[in-house]
Amino acid sequence: MTLVRHELRQGRVAFLVWAAAISFLMAACVLIYPEMEGDMGNLGDMFSSMGSFSEAFGMDQVNFGTLEGFYAVECGNILGLGGAFFAALCAVSMLEKEERGHTAEFLLVHPVSRRRVLTEKLAAVLAQVALLNLAVLAVSSAALVSIGEEVPWKGILLVHFAYFLLQAELAGICFGISAFLRRGGMGIGLGIAAVMYFLQLIANLSKEAGFLKYVTPFWYAEGTRIVSESGLDGMLAGLGMLYGLAGVLAAYVKYGGKDIQ
Amino acid sequence: MEAIRTEKLTKYYGKSRGILELDLCVQEGEFFGYMGPNGAGKSTTIRTLMGLIQASSGKAFVLGKEIREEKQKVLEEVGYLPSEAIFYQGMRVGDILKLSARLRKKDCKEESDRLCQRLELDKARKVEELSFGNRKKVAIVCALQHNPRLLVLDEPTSGLDPLMQREFFQIIKERNERGVTIFFSSHVLSEIQRNCGRAAIVREGRMVACDYVEALARANAKRVMVRGEIDMAWFGRLLELEKENGLQKEGGMQKGTGLQKGDGKGQEAGSGIYSMGIRDLKKEGDAVRFLYAGDINQLVRGLAGQHILDLSISEPDLEEIFMHYYLDGGDGK
Repeated sequence: MTLVRHELRQGRVAFLVWAAAISFLMAACVLIYPEMEGDMGNLGDMFSSMGSFSEAFGMDQVNFGTLEGFYAVECGNILGLGGAFFAALCAVSMLEKEERGHTAEFLLVHPVSRRRVLTEKLAAVLAQVALLNLAVLAVSSAALVSIGEEVPWKGILLVHFAYFLLQAELAGICFGISAFLRRGGMGIGLGIAAVMYFLQLIANLSKEAGFLKYVTPFWYAEGTRIVSESGLDGMLAGLGMLYGLAGVLAAYVKYGGKDIQ
Repeated sequence: MEAIRTEKLTKYYGKSRGILELDLCVQEGEFFGYMGPNGAGKSTTIRTLMGLIQASSGKAFVLGKEIREEKQKVLEEVGYLPSEAIFYQGMRVGDILKLSARLRKKDCKEESDRLCQRLELDKARKVEELSFGNRKKVAIVCALQHNPRLLVLDEPTSGLDPLMQREFFQIIKERNERGVTIFFSSHVLSEIQRNCGRAAIVREGRMVACDYVEALARANAKRVMVRGEIDMAWFGRLLELEKENGLQKEGGMQKGTGLQKGDGKGQEAGSGIYSMGIRDLKKEGDAVRFLYAGDINQLVRGLAGQHILDLSISEPDLEEIFMHYYLDGGDGK
């Protein structure tokens, strides 16, 4: 656990900034809902009938005027993108930063196996992702309760769970990539998260690009789809977990025999 | 027992050479020097011994254990001081030392406090506020606080002021007296000469010499300085005479020096230096300086015919020997 504690301490500032930013935006969105609800009128119909724009963001699938629909679209995008960026950055830099910062030499001349280093660093990534989601969920729940609306807990918790899976998948993939890198991890991490997000928009827009749902975790984690279908696509989520696992396995294979420069 | 033994240890970085068929042997309790120019393969050797990189072929045994197979057990008993000490930003010196001890699952507080006091290291300071020398001190404490059986030191004194260097050498000499093996890589040859019992010289990835420091410095060559009216053509004649006397046939180092030739290439370097009799010939005003490895009687007879004002014959220092080992094919040839 020494390395887990060390990593949590090292990453605490970044964690607090991301957790605070995402929580604040989520809470702000929730808190403005009652005001918007009053002005909404036919706005919900308008949002869901903007053609490709609505399709891209899944707004054609839910009623934007309901708390559940509003939360799935607005909060889903904030948590989806923010959480994905955080998970990708955290995981992709976890091994790479040791070589970039020339601290790998310090770490690996101690009697700790590479396997233990990987396991504890992976645990630190997952712990940070889980803590971020719990913090965001706690703040969002408090905001939801405070607005006095009837909260559709099932749908909201499912959306949060799906985004946690998305972040875990991206973290696994980026962790694997991190084992191959010596520098430049941050750009790659952000790039992967952004590309995955845009692949989902493309998949939403074009039926011919439907195969992309097997590629991007944003498809199975899309809040509007989860709310409208009242469930999570288990097959796609499972496939996503396999991708994440493959990334983790790649890290173990590569880092075990990697020359530290 | 051997603290370090390598067998035909070879490391390539892609197509680039790191070390080539290195056979190294350091006995437990030795204070062993490891010399070579930049890029000779010193760091590659050390990094292979520490398990940071994997050898392309050959084997490395540290404290009797093969490093690839029993790396963790080896590292439990080894202290490593890197040439450049870099730590995690935002941490205090005390946190770094605690982290290092925790990774070793040892309570090193007492020893750590003692070392910090001797090295005048403030545990409360943040790592990024430290000078290069103070970071080096942190690395020294990390390498020593768990009382290792083997200390691997890569350019340990760079960045340390002379007083701290003296304290550092005092500390590692005390450890060596307690039986700790010291593997000491350095560019500062006087440090090797002053502290080490034996030393090895690496050049272009190969070991070209390995022997007691005194023997390396002696090596049957003398540093000669002659002042007066010297006929430079005489040196050419002496060279011819040496060749006729068949010194070149002996090849490599003079017999009886005890020098170990690393391999064929090392032998070539050795023969280049010593069989020719005169090396590093320099004329400065009315003085001529050179390294002489031939028959001293021949030299004196030859000089007797010249108008000499002053003559000195002395042992070359290790630096001269070292320079000649790696100037093969260059100026020194």
